[in-house]
Amino acid sequence: MNIIVCIKQVPDVTEVKWDENGSLIRTGLPSIINPNDKHALEAALALKDVHGGTITVISMGPPQVEESLREALGMGCDRAILLTDRKFGGADCWATAYTLGLAIRKIGSFDMVITGVEAMDGNTAQVGPEIADFLKLPLCSYALDIRCEGDKVFVLQNMGDMVRELEAPLPCLITAEKELNEPRVAPMDMLMEAYAKEIEIWGMDVLDGDPANFGLKGSPTRLRKVFSPKRIKGKVEILEGDPAESARKLVEKFKEHNFI
Amino acid sequence: MTDTKDFSDYKGVWVFIEQQEGNLTRTTLSLEMLGEGRKLADKLGAPLTAFLLGHNVGKLAEELILYGADIVLLADHPALAEYRTGHYTDIICKEALERKPDVLLVGASPVGRDLAPRISFRLHTGCTADCTLLDIDEEKKILVSTRPAFGGNVMATILCPDHRPQMSTVRPGVMDMPVKDTARKGEVVTLNLSIDEAADPVKVLSVKKREHSGINIREAERVVCVGMGAGDTQTFARLEELAKELDAQVGGTRPVVEACLITHDCQIGQTGKTIRPELYLAVGVSGTVQHTTGMSEAKTIVAINKDAKAEIFNFAHYGIVGDASKIVPALIDQIRKAKAAR
Repeated sequence: MNIIVCIKQVPDVTEVKWDENGSLIRTGLPSIINPNDKHALEAALALKDVHGGTITVISMGPPQVEESLREALGMGCDRAILLTDRKFGGADCWATAYTLGLAIRKIGSFDMVITGVEAMDGNTAQVGPEIADFLKLPLCSYALDIRCEGDKVFVLQNMGDMVRELEAPLPCLITAEKELNEPRVAPMDMLMEAYAKEIEIWGMDVLDGDPANFGLKGSPTRLRKVFSPKRIKGKVEILEGDPAESARKLVEKFKEHNFI
Repeated sequence: MTDTKDFSDYKGVWVFIEQQEGNLTRTTLSLEMLGEGRKLADKLGAPLTAFLLGHNVGKLAEELILYGADIVLLADHPALAEYRTGHYTDIICKEALERKPDVLLVGASPVGRDLAPRISFRLHTGCTADCTLLDIDEEKKILVSTRPAFGGNVMATILCPDHRPQMSTVRPGVMDMPVKDTARKGEVVTLNLSIDEAADPVKVLSVKKREHSGINIREAERVVCVGMGAGDTQTFARLEELAKELDAQVGGTRPVVEACLITHDCQIGQTGKTIRPELYLAVGVSGTVQHTTGMSEAKTIVAINKDAKAEIFNFAHYGIVGDASKIVPALIDQIRKAKAAR
């Protein structure tokens, strides 16, 4: 079973700090493999453990993404491809899916593509389904469980307040939820080996695409502005005193507002 | 940004209507989008179309007109009974190519987040995910979509100037419900469908309801929200008692859900619910932006936190700086005293 996994390197946005003016400090955040994508990697590795085959991991981004690809190799992936090119810069979901889709097409034969449901920095959950549409692959999103039998795959799909059981033919595209599995940690010896492996670098000239569809130029959406969410700073009335005293003051406020 | 393309033949606002077994899905999301779609359509001076797919859903179509739709595109077929990505995408894309909508809104529900990207890729257009605010640029007459970005730490305003339809998915609970107008008139257009079963090879074998707390936190008028600062077993138990005294429902932040203290359907924040209760009492909640995007519209906000610098105090009307494990019992005590004194 040959599987392609798409991963994204993201800043760890759970580590975000603000400066004293309430502005976001963006620099200095650690770069990690997007958490959902680790579950995608683990799903592929678990299938390989049972069915054999090879796993190719691909990622689009600046050269530093190599580090995340090495971690994926250390987890047990067989081949790693970095899609990097200045012309890929500024890509939105559409252009990202286009670029990844071309790369998957170029890799050629595969039984399954797995991506994470969404990236923790963008939270759009769009790239996986978009790749599926580009490559005309059946889509099984929000996977809680994946089971292969012959040329079919059975997926438990997390639809919020419902869980659906899907059956799809191979090849198909699956997006991985975090409940799907517990990602393995790359053992030190495998990580060391991963550093000796080659990471293939593909730019725009390698992919057989329309130059107008890559990067910022190929992105239908345009960012107009970024701003901090509104806050009503300074309006809070702090109710002072020991627990009993402050609680009593709050109850007075509750009474004023008819909550009691 | 260029304005070189001519989109004058693209008209109207479309809203994808989500239904389950002939009923609008558990949330009022589709109606919220109709209400918002109506406002956008009026600003554009264009009609509002509701796109309804399913099986035996004709009676819903009339209902959608009463909530603001001018036209209902009705795709009714046995193959559409359950939501299926392939068929739904095929039908919507075919109609969109023929009828050329200017704007297409889809709910940011599990179904919508699966469907919208497939449509947007196929139509080669942009889709802004999980929007919390939509508007029309007065001058350019284009859609202006605002969404949380960077893990919810900032808000981003996004346009789709050179592609049509301009697509956005809309977060549940952030748009106002429209008022039902029983006198409203509109047109139901039943589509002639020829569905090739083989065109969508993904089969839905079963559909099961998930474990559910039974609480609709979005409809609760009063909410006591638990953060990790109140997540120890003892304080949590007292919080449930406090909620009972205040006739409130218990919600929580994402870490509290991940610690399995409450179920996901009671999670408040970016990856949970957006709520606008009368009273919101945050206990041991630090107030990350991921959380506050889900509650900042509450009418009266009270925060209890031992860290005087906690971000949540920037949103609160009243605050108590102190340890939840001590404040909560004192508060229960004082409420009981106040009630007894009446």
